[in-house]
Amino acid sequence: MAEALLKVYRGDEKTGKLVDYKIPVEAGMVVLDAVHYIQGYYSPDLAVRWNCKAAKCGSCSAEVNGKPSLMCKTRLDDFDLSQPIEVRPIKTFPLIKDLVTDVSWNYEVNKTIAPFKPKTENTDEWKVYQEDVDRVQEFRKCIECFLCQDVCHVLRNHDKKDLVNKKDLFAGPRFMVRLAGLEMHPMDVANRIPYIKNEAGVGYCNITKCCTEVCPEEIHITDNAIIPLKERVVDEYYDPILKMWRAITGKS
Amino acid sequence: MVNSASMATNDNFGQTERRDAWWLAPLLTALGLGIFGIYATWAAFQGVNYEWGPYLSPFYSPLLQFSWLPRWFSPALLILPFPLIFRGSCYYYRKAYYRAYFVDPPACAVGEILPHKNYKGETAFPFILQNLHRFTFYIAVIFIAILWYDAIVAFDFGGKFGIGLGSLIMLVNIILLSLYTFSCHSWRHLIGGRLDCFSCSKMTEARHKAWSRISLFNEHHMLWAWMSLFTVGFTDLYIRMVAAGVWHDWRLF
Repeated sequence: MAEALLKVYRGDEKTGKLVDYKIPVEAGMVVLDAVHYIQGYYSPDLAVRWNCKAAKCGSCSAEVNGKPSLMCKTRLDDFDLSQPIEVRPIKTFPLIKDLVTDVSWNYEVNKTIAPFKPKTENTDEWKVYQEDVDRVQEFRKCIECFLCQDVCHVLRNHDKKDLVNKKDLFAGPRFMVRLAGLEMHPMDVANRIPYIKNEAGVGYCNITKCCTEVCPEEIHITDNAIIPLKERVVDEYYDPILKMWRAITGKS
Repeated sequence: MVNSASMATNDNFGQTERRDAWWLAPLLTALGLGIFGIYATWAAFQGVNYEWGPYLSPFYSPLLQFSWLPRWFSPALLILPFPLIFRGSCYYYRKAYYRAYFVDPPACAVGEILPHKNYKGETAFPFILQNLHRFTFYIAVIFIAILWYDAIVAFDFGGKFGIGLGSLIMLVNIILLSLYTFSCHSWRHLIGGRLDCFSCSKMTEARHKAWSRISLFNEHHMLWAWMSLFTVGFTDLYIRMVAAGVWHDWRLF
């Protein structure tokens, strides 16, 4: 039976090391299976967050050979098994233990977003056509694995996570997706454009598209969420022609 | 079980645990844009060999010649700033040069030169000007109209319809330039993306159709960007070589 050598990060934020484990490889095995093998046969104390093993719960995010990935969606037979496979926790958020990170910052960001505000509370009057929600449905595929947040260099390298002053804050791709879903919703009437520009910091995004590259749900984060939001900010703040149009016609 | 090296926590420039050739794409991008930039600058300063028969180089179109300009001042210098600001503020090229030249980041999950807290992205000068991309698009549309005129004129050989290799090159070039220009993200937004309700009126339904079609082309914006960059450079080169007598224009009829 083929074997794989996994080097798995063991430790906490202060100290840690890669530890080697030899794993028998079976057909169709994914990295999360290998991690479970380690728990079962070598180290039951290996900390890992997981739930569905079907790429739908967004729990098992890690960096496999340096690439932010879902462990349950990363097959061992995609690797050259003569080389070790390195499994590390996602880097952008504080490490708790081994492969488990504290992603609660994301939930705090989420709380700052104005929720869905319908035109009318009477749901009998809600009539939505498919063509109006196609865009929003793409965004609803998000499983909140936070791989996009992990790989985004504005958060990863520039650490724009200041939720206190909000001057040094970038909400990150995941929340640009949520904001786009709300802003484009045909039944929603809240205006989040000032928030998107001034607090969520959409201008920090320099559209290098890493979020799109790592999204396991293949959401076109940059093209369909972030760039349209940037353009909506331009409509509101940087386009004098549209400003004049709004002043003359009263239409948005 | 064997212990091995400890995990690095702070990424320095180029530091990564990635094993693939992450450096290849930014390197090729830097080379591609660099070669085009050097050629376009050289061609723009030549001021000669930019037209032959019915052909006019896209670097020099529309041909603006003023007697009051110094002799060294090439007409292309009046033209090229406009496509440059359109491409320079393009959402695709921004990704390309932020990665390839500013290495911010060089590739996904790879360390940057300055992982500083002072990063401003596109919130401060000069990059805040990227927000004016739609205005550069409006200018680009004018140039597209002019280059379509040039491409049609390129089939007019002394009042007679004819087809030269140059005519076909100019036609392919303007088709690709049009695909690049009209697959623009700003245009996609203006035509329909800015609407929240597509089904609300006949007009919004029509805009939804246009938006859907532009979205199909927009998915390949990078492809159109590179292909049109290549053809616009090659069109100039072809006309330059023919005008200099190095190449002979092949006439189909």
